[in-house]
Amino acid sequence: MALTLTLASRNLFHDSLRFIATMVGIVFSVVLVMVQMGLYLGFGHMVTTMIDHAAADLWVVPKNAKSFEDPSLLDLKLRSRVAGIDGVATVVPLVVGFSDWRLDSGEMTPVFIVGSDLHDGALQPWNVIDGNVQALSQGFGVAVDRSYFERLGISGVGSTAEIRGKKIKVVALTDGIRSFTTTPYVFVDLKNARSLTGTPPDRVGDLLVRLKPDADRDKAITAIRGEIGDAEVLTTAQFRDRSRSFWLFGTGAGAALFAGALLGVIVGTVIVAQTLYSSTKDHLSEFATLRAMGSANSYIYHVIIYQALINAVIGFAVASAIGALVVQMTAKSALPIVITPWLVAALAALTVLMCVISAFGAIFRVVRIDPAMVFMR
Amino acid sequence: MSEVIIEARDVAMTLGSGARRVQALRGIDLALRRGELTLLMGPSGSGKTTLLLVLGCMLTPTAGTVTISGTVTAEADKEGLAKIRRDHIGFVFQSYHLFPTLTAAQNVQLALDIRHERGKRARQHAREALERVGLAHKVNTRPGELSGGEQQRVAIARAIVTNPAVVLADEPTAALDGDNGRAILKILADSAHERGQAVLVVTHDPRIVPFADRIIHIEDGLLVDQTEAEPTRLPKIAPFGPISALRSES
Ligand SMILES: Nc1ncnc2c1ncn2[C@@H]1O[C@H](COP(=O)(O)OP(=O)(O)OP(=O)(O)O)[C@@H](O)[C@H]1O
Ligand SMILES: [Mg+2]
Repeated sequence: MALTLTLASRNLFHDSLRFIATMVGIVFSVVLVMVQMGLYLGFGHMVTTMIDHAAADLWVVPKNAKSFEDPSLLDLKLRSRVAGIDGVATVVPLVVGFSDWRLDSGEMTPVFIVGSDLHDGALQPWNVIDGNVQALSQGFGVAVDRSYFERLGISGVGSTAEIRGKKIKVVALTDGIRSFTTTPYVFVDLKNARSLTGTPPDRVGDLLVRLKPDADRDKAITAIRGEIGDAEVLTTAQFRDRSRSFWLFGTGAGAALFAGALLGVIVGTVIVAQTLYSSTKDHLSEFATLRAMGSANSYIYHVIIYQALINAVIGFAVASAIGALVVQMTAKSALPIVITPWLVAALAALTVLMCVISAFGAIFRVVRIDPAMVFMR
Repeated sequence: MSEVIIEARDVAMTLGSGARRVQALRGIDLALRRGELTLLMGPSGSGKTTLLLVLGCMLTPTAGTVTISGTVTAEADKEGLAKIRRDHIGFVFQSYHLFPTLTAAQNVQLALDIRHERGKRARQHAREALERVGLAHKVNTRPGELSGGEQQRVAIARAIVTNPAVVLADEPTAALDGDNGRAILKILADSAHERGQAVLVVTHDPRIVPFADRIIHIEDGLLVDQTEAEPTRLPKIAPFGPISALRSES
C-alpha cells in the first residue's frame, strides 16, 4: 500500500470517535439523498404508469390536459375524424375520472375510474393476480389493486361496493398498480365508465391513437392537429413528460424532494469538512514535519485527499447497504423507492465529490503550515 | 580543507514585528564542509535555532545569502525551498517528530516516499538505515513502544536514509540521558566521517563536545568563537572510548 494511503487511513482510524462521526454524517447524507431521489424516480414512474401501459402511439387529449388524471373532456366526434386520417390504424376512446367508492359500511372514499374497451386492449389492467379481466364486461365488474383492500373495504374477488348508486363487484385483482395521488385506480369496461364517472355519452376523456406500421408519424400528427380543433395531440413521450412535470414540479413535490436532497448534501459536506479539518489540525505537526523534510505540498494534499476518499468509499458502502434495505422495505409500500444503476453511479460520484470538496478546508489550512514550527517543539 | 557544502555569507535575520522585533542573527559568515561534524553552541536565545532554520532553508534570511551545493537559496519560493530541503538536507529535531501511527521502517521510508522512491528498494534502504543506527530489530515497532534514544535513532535514520549532503540537528540529545546522547552523537559523527556529510549539531550539552571536529559559539546573533577540535579529542576509531574519560571529568 502506498505510504500516503497508509498515513491517510491511520490518520482517519486513529481517532475512532471522529471517524464514526464522519461516517454518520456521510451515511446520513447519502441515504437521505438516495431516499429523496429514489422517491423522485419512484414517483416519476408512478405518475406515468397508465401512459406507460397504454398501447398507443399518440394521445389526443383535451386542451392543456396536464396529466392522465386531468378531468377535462373531449368531444366524441373527434374519434371518427381522427380515424379517417391517413396512417391511423385505430382510435380507442378512454373514459376516465374521479368518482366515489362507497364501502359496504357506508363510508365513502375517492377513486379514479379507468374505462376502456376490453376488446381494443388499449389500456387493460396488468399484473393480474386473481380473477378474470374478461369479466369486467359482465355487469359492473371492476379490477382493483390488492394494496387497496383496506381502503376500499374489500377482501378479494367477489367483494362488492357501490359507485354512483351502481352496485359493483370486484372481478379481478392486480398487484403493484398504485397511484401517485394515492387515489386507487379502478379499472372498468368502457360501457360502464360513463355511468360510474358521470361522463356524458358524447364525451370522452382521451383518445388513444395507434398508427399503421408504415405510417409517417410526423405527418399523421400534423394531420390530426388539423382535425381536432383546440384539443392536443401528443406522442407518448410528450404526454409522459407533461404528466411528470405537472405532478413533480407543478405540485412542488419534486422541488421538495430536491430541496431535501440538497439539504442532505449540504449537511454531509459540512460534517465531513468539519471532521477532516479537525483531523488535519490534530496532525498539523506531522504535516509540518513532512514539509520540513522537504515534501511538496502536493504530497500532503494526497494524504488529505486519500482521507477524504477513504471516507467516501466506506461511507458510500454503508449507505448503499442501508439503501438496499430501504428499497426492499418500501418495495411493497405505497411509496416505492426506485434505485436505478444510474442513481447509484450518480450517488457514488456525489459522495466522492462531497468528500473531496470537504477536503478543501483542510487543504487551505495545510498550505499555511510553517515547517519551522517543528523546531519550536 | 574539504569541499564546502553549505555557506552563509553575512546572514542577518529579523524575527517578529513591531515592539517584538528581534535581530536574531546579525551578520553571520559560516561554511560547513564535507565530512565534518560541527557543534553550534551558545546561550539560550542567542540565535542557534534561527541560524539552523536559515541554513536549512526553512527561513529566508532578511539579508545575506545561503548557498547549498552551489544553489543560492534566496531565489527559491516556498516550494523551491522545500525541494532544496528534499534534495540536500536531513533534519533531526529535539522532540523527534516521528509519526506515531507508522512503524519505524515506515517512518524512515517516508523520507524516501516524498522523493518518490518507493517499492522494494525503498524498503531495503529504510532497513539499512535502521541497521546503521542499531535498530535492525525494531523495524516493525511503532514510536510509542520505543525509548527516547531509540526514537531519536529512528529520526536520524530518517534524516540520513536519503544520504543528504547536509544533516542539521537541533539539540538532538536534549531529551536524552548521557549514554543515549553519546550514542546519537556517535551516529551523527559516523555519518560525517564515513559518508562525508556536513553535519551541524546545535547543543548545550558539554558531554558531546568530544565528537566535534569544530565548535562554533554564537552569542546574541553573532559568531564569537570558532574552535577546531584538537585531533586527539576526536573519537574517530574507538566508538565509546572517550566517554568514560569524559564522565570522570564532569
Ligand atoms: N517567531 C519569533 N518571533 C520573534 N522573535 C523570535 C521568534 N523566534 C525566536 N525569536 C527570538 O529570536 C532570538 C533567537 O531565538 P532562537 O530560537 O534562535 O534562540 P536559540 O539560541 O535557539 O535558543 P534556545 O537555546 O533557547 O533554543 C531570541 O531572542 C528569540 O526570543
Ligand atoms: Mg533553539
